[in-house]
Amino acid sequence: MTRSLLVFLLYACCLPAHAALDAAQVRRLAAEDSSDKVAAIQQLTQTADPDAVRVLKAMAEDTLFLAGDRVVIVDGDKAFDAATGSAIKTPDNPESVTVNNRIRGELASALAALKLFDEDPRVRLASAQKLQSKVSPEMAPLLMRALDKETDDKIKALLKLAYAQANLGNADPAARLAAVKALAETSSPAIRSVLLPLADQANEPDNRVRFATISAIKSIDGRLALTENLGRVFSGLSLGSILLLAALGLAITYGVMGVINMAHGELLMIGAYSAYAVQSVFRNYFPEAIDWYLPAAIPVAFFAAALIGVIMERTVIRWLYGRALETLLATWGLSLMLIQAARIVFGAQNVEVANPSWMSGGIELMPNLLLPWNRIIIIGFALFVLLLVWVLMNKTRLGMFVRAVTQNRAMAGCVGVPTARIDTLAFALGAGIAGLGGLALSQISNVGPDMGQGYIVDSFMVVVVGGVGQLAGAVWAALGLGIFTKLLEGWAGAVIAKIAVLVFIIIFIQKRPQGIFALKGRAVE
Amino acid sequence: MRKPLTLRLLSALDRKSWLALGVFLAVALILMPVLHLAVPPESAFHVSAYAITLFGKIMCYAIVAVAMDLIWGYGGILSLGHGLFFALGGYAFGMYLMRQIGRDGSYQSDLPDFMVFLDWKQLPWYWSGSDNLWWVAFLVIVVPAIVAFIFGYFAFRSRIKGVYFSIITQALTYAAMLLFFRNETGFGGNNGFTDFKRILGYSITSPETRLVLFGLTALMLSVTLVFARWLVTSKFGRVLTAIRDAESRVMFIGYNPLWYKLFIWVISAILCGIAGALYVPQVGIINPSEMSPANSIEIAIWVAVGGRGTLIGPVIGAFIVNLAKSWFTVSFPEYWLFFLGLLFILVTLLLPHGLVGLWKTLRQSRGVRT
Repeated sequence: MTRSLLVFLLYACCLPAHAALDAAQVRRLAAEDSSDKVAAIQQLTQTADPDAVRVLKAMAEDTLFLAGDRVVIVDGDKAFDAATGSAIKTPDNPESVTVNNRIRGELASALAALKLFDEDPRVRLASAQKLQSKVSPEMAPLLMRALDKETDDKIKALLKLAYAQANLGNADPAARLAAVKALAETSSPAIRSVLLPLADQANEPDNRVRFATISAIKSIDGRLALTENLGRVFSGLSLGSILLLAALGLAITYGVMGVINMAHGELLMIGAYSAYAVQSVFRNYFPEAIDWYLPAAIPVAFFAAALIGVIMERTVIRWLYGRALETLLATWGLSLMLIQAARIVFGAQNVEVANPSWMSGGIELMPNLLLPWNRIIIIGFALFVLLLVWVLMNKTRLGMFVRAVTQNRAMAGCVGVPTARIDTLAFALGAGIAGLGGLALSQISNVGPDMGQGYIVDSFMVVVVGGVGQLAGAVWAALGLGIFTKLLEGWAGAVIAKIAVLVFIIIFIQKRPQGIFALKGRAVE
Repeated sequence: MRKPLTLRLLSALDRKSWLALGVFLAVALILMPVLHLAVPPESAFHVSAYAITLFGKIMCYAIVAVAMDLIWGYGGILSLGHGLFFALGGYAFGMYLMRQIGRDGSYQSDLPDFMVFLDWKQLPWYWSGSDNLWWVAFLVIVVPAIVAFIFGYFAFRSRIKGVYFSIITQALTYAAMLLFFRNETGFGGNNGFTDFKRILGYSITSPETRLVLFGLTALMLSVTLVFARWLVTSKFGRVLTAIRDAESRVMFIGYNPLWYKLFIWVISAILCGIAGALYVPQVGIINPSEMSPANSIEIAIWVAVGGRGTLIGPVIGAFIVNLAKSWFTVSFPEYWLFFLGLLFILVTLLLPHGLVGLWKTLRQSRGVRT
C-alpha cells in the first residue's frame, strides 16, 4: 500500500508537462539495485511522456548505456542523451545497463500501459481492451491520466472499467466502494470473478464495500442470466427458422396435398448440393465473384429440387394417391435411391460449402451475446420463403387451383381445373421449397448424402404439430419447437432435450391429434 | 362346444402346412447340423459356419416379419418402430451375455468394460439380476411388452392411426436410439454390447453352441408361425381383421377396438423382443443403430415383398430380401441401396399383395383357363 501511495505522490509531482524527462529519474534506470530500477521504470511510466516510451524501449532493446553520470542511448554509431533526447558525441567505453528478467517483465507492462497514450486510437483501443483482463492496482493513477486525455467514448468506457478494477485494491474504502459501484454496471464473467474475493470478509474488512460487492455480483449475475436467456431464445429462433425451412416444403406436399413424402429430406439434400455445385462453378470460372455464389444458387436449388420432384410425382407418387402407407414405403425407396445417387455423384464424404464473406461475423448485442450473421440471414431467408409460399398459395391462380383440388377434386375437375397437372405442379413447388431449405442448411450444417435423414423426423413433427393444411400452424410449430428445444438444451443437454421434445410431441398428438390449428368442421374418416 | 386347445392349435394349419413345417424343422434341426459338423469342409455338401450364422440371423428377421404382419397385415397398423422392440429384446439378452464375460474383458473387472471405461464403481440398478438367465429371459419378454403397452395404450386410445401412427412410432424409435447412444444410459453408448464370450458357461463361438442357437431360432420361428396362424383364425383374429377393414362399424356393433389393437400390438412387440434376444448371441453385437428408423422401415418391406396378411409371405420376404442384401453387399455394395429403393417402389406399385399374392393370382388364372 505504501508503495502505491508513494507512486501516487510521485505521479502528482510529475503532473506538470515538461519537454524533457527528469534527469535524476532517468539516472535511476541505471541504478545498481534492481528495485531502484523498477521504481524508476514505474515513475517514468506515470509521466506518460512519449520520451519515456523512447527511453524504456531502448532499455528493453539493450541500447541504454551509462557514460559517467549520464544515461545515453546508443543507436549504431550515433548516441543521444536519454533525458533530453538531443544527439551527443558517442562516449568512450559506455557501461551497459543490465536488464534481468524481472525488469524485462516490468518494462513490457510499462510499454503496454504507455500504449494508452498512443496517437492512434486503434492502438489505444487494443491496449484498453487488453487491460480489461489484467490490471494491477499500481496502474490506477496512470489510467486516471489516460482517462483525462481520452476523447473516444468507447475507449473511455473501457478505461473507466480498468480504472475501477485497479482501484479495487485501493487502501481507501471510499475508492474501493466507488470502484465496486462502477463495476456493478458491467456484465462480464471476468469482472464477476474479479469482484468475488471482495465479497468475503477475510479479504474485505469494510462492511459497506462488502455489501456493495455482493449486490454488484447479484446484478451482474442477473444481467448474465438475461443475456444467456436472450442467447438461447435467439438460437431457438434460429433453430426454429431452420425447422421452418425444412418443413415448409412438407407443409405443401403433406399438409396441403396429403402426400407422405419420406424423400423430403433428400430434396433438402439436393438443394444443399446445388449450393455446392454453384460454388464449384464460381470457384472455377468466376473466382472474383465467389461471394455472390449464394444468391446465384437460389434459383438453381429451387429448380433442381423441383425437377426431381416432378420426376418423382410423375413416375411414382401419382399412382399412389389416397394410399398413404404405400406412398410412405415407395417414397422411402426413392429416398434410398437418391442418397445412393448422391454418393455416387459427389462421393460418400461430406463436401465443403463455405459461407460467403458477408455472412461471417456477427452483431455484438451485449458483451457476451453475439448474433452471427449467417443465423440472422437464415432467419430472414426463412421469412422470405414463407412469404413466397404464402403469396403463391393465396394470391396466384396456381395456389387457388391447388386449394380447389385439395378441397374437392371432382368438382375442381368439373369446372376445368387440370387436376393431374396441378398435382404435379404443387408437388414440384413443395419440392422446390425444400430445395431452398436445403440451400440454407448448406450454410450452417454438413452437406453430405445422409444429411436429409436427420431432418425428416423433425420436419414431419413440425407439420404434424402445426396441423395439416396450415401454413400458420407450421410457422408456430417450428418456432415453438425451436425455442423449446434450445431452452431445454441449456437445462438438460442436447440429447435429453431432443428426446424430451419427441416425447412431448407424442403426448401432444395424443391430446390434439389435429395439431395446434385444427381445421374447423368434421373430417370424415 | 369349444374344442380343446390342442385340437384348435392343430386345426390352425391344414395338413399340407403341417407337412411343410415338419420338413422345415427337419432341415433346420437335423440336416443342417449334420451337414455342418459331420461333412468335411471340402465337400460340396458342407454347410459353412457363415451360412449357419446367416440363416440363423435371417430366421430372427423372419420372426420379426411375422410379428410385423400380425400388426400390419391383420391389424392394418403400419409400425415404423418395430426395430425398437427387437433391439430392446436384444439389449436385455445382451446384458446377460455381458455379465457372462466375467473377468475376461480387457480390464479384468467384474463390471463390463464400458462401465470401467466410464469409471463406474458398481452396476446400475437396472442391471441387477442380469447374470441370471431366467430373469433376463423374463426381461426379454416384459420390457418390450411394457414399452409397447404404454405407447400403444395412449396411441390407440386417442385413435391415432394410419400415417400419423407410423410417423410417431418412427419418432419413438428415433428418440430411443438417441437415448441409447448416450454413454450415461448405461448400455455401452455407440458401441453397444459386443465381444461376448460365453452363454450358460458354454463358449459362444463353438459350433455346438451356434447350432443350438440356430435350432432354437428355427423352433421359435415355427412356434411363432403356428401361434400367429392360430391367433388370426380365432375369433380374436376375425374381429381384428374387421377392425382393420372398418373400425367404425366394429365399434358400432359393440366391440372396443382399443383392446384388440393393444393386444396384437403387445404380442407383436414381444415376438420382436424374443427375436432380438435370439439374434444377439448369433450375430455377436447389439448397438443403437438397430433402432435407427431405416432399420424399422426395412422390416415393412420384407412383409410387403412376401405379401401382407399371409404370415408365410413375410417369412419368404425376409429370406429373399436379406439373402439379396448379403449377396449385394459383398458383390456390388454400391448398388444395394438402389436395389432396395427400387424394391420399395416396385413392390408398392406393382405387387400390392406381394409374392404370395402374385402366386395366388397366377394359380387362379390358370385354374380358370383349364
